[in-house]
Amino acid sequence: MHDAATHDDSKGQYFWVWGALLVLTAIEVVLGYKQVFEPVRMLEVLLILSIIKSALIIAYFMHLKFERAMMRWMLVISVTACFIIMYSFFFRDAARILPPPNGLGVQ
Amino acid sequence: MADATLQHDAVGHGTPGAYEAPLFGAYSKKVGMWLFLASDSLTFGALLVAFSYNRIYTAWPTPFHVASITNATIMTGCLLSSSLTMVMAVFAAQRGDRSWTRNWLLATMAFGTAFIVLHGMEWSKLIGEGLTLPIFPKPAHAAAGELADISKNTPQFPATFFGLTAMHMLHVTIGVIYLGVVAFRKWFLPVLGVLWVVGFALIPSDNVFHYGIHVLLIALIVATVILVLKPKDYDAEDVEVSGLYWHFVDLVWMFIFPLVYLMSTKIM
Repeated sequence: MHDAATHDDSKGQYFWVWGALLVLTAIEVVLGYKQVFEPVRMLEVLLILSIIKSALIIAYFMHLKFERAMMRWMLVISVTACFIIMYSFFFRDAARILPPPNGLGVQ
Repeated sequence: MADATLQHDAVGHGTPGAYEAPLFGAYSKKVGMWLFLASDSLTFGALLVAFSYNRIYTAWPTPFHVASITNATIMTGCLLSSSLTMVMAVFAAQRGDRSWTRNWLLATMAFGTAFIVLHGMEWSKLIGEGLTLPIFPKPAHAAAGELADISKNTPQFPATFFGLTAMHMLHVTIGVIYLGVVAFRKWFLPVLGVLWVVGFALIPSDNVFHYGIHVLLIALIVATVILVLKPKDYDAEDVEVSGLYWHFVDLVWMFIFPLVYLMSTKIM
């Protein structure tokens, strides 16, 4: 529950989060500039960094960390489940229209 | 926000006619905004899946040079900083400081506007160099070069790039207008009207934003209807709910920036 009296709402933590987000962005840009990893590994690393950044934004800036557990879990589980379903169905279905060997070649 | 907090104990359980205790312990418009954002995240998720699918199964170009990456990095900094000023606006609203609420909202709008302008300039530059879609207005002189070749040979690239970034730019624009209405209420309407007219007059007709600026007219009509039907003074809850939307716009960019820009760099 979001109530100023029930959690530490000091402004300092938001500046730390903001700083962490900027640092993570800088790391992403350096990785992109230097092209440290081959594309697939780069995608994985960038996605992990993006998920950490979005978790910080959702937890602190959007205050979800301070909401009731029911709200936290319901939102996180439902959206994550939708993404998993979307990913598994869309990619599998989209691959049907590709010519073999990657797809089935179905028009 | 203690006044807005709904306590379970305050509601008589089992009492005939009493309202049921709120499941999420939050006021309804905050829950409503969260539900909207959950559904909106799936819209962006679908666009990102479409982008990723094309990227995997197509010979994907990597056209973004240092200038584009630098520009996109500054845009990212603008959005991240705008989230911090938005948090400050929520704090100011919760302690009842109306003047600082307005100031922080104005700072957030300034960062958001900087993002839109930088993104618009980037779009115009890319379109001028030949990265375009058939629905865009034709420039006076047809561009030739790497980006023009990409548009011809890999139309999936401009289609997914412009589709994804346009959707996000639209969200940022709506966000700036939303914050403007919360901060200034009906006094923001003439500003919106002037921006629309001036933008339409000044942007050349062969630029896609000559037509895109009509989003401001639609927003002006919608905002006018809302403010006429419900001319209320927005309180701390409204500022917090508008903040949720704004942070979401920031969050989406945290995925678009690495996937669209950093994965398509051509630094060497």
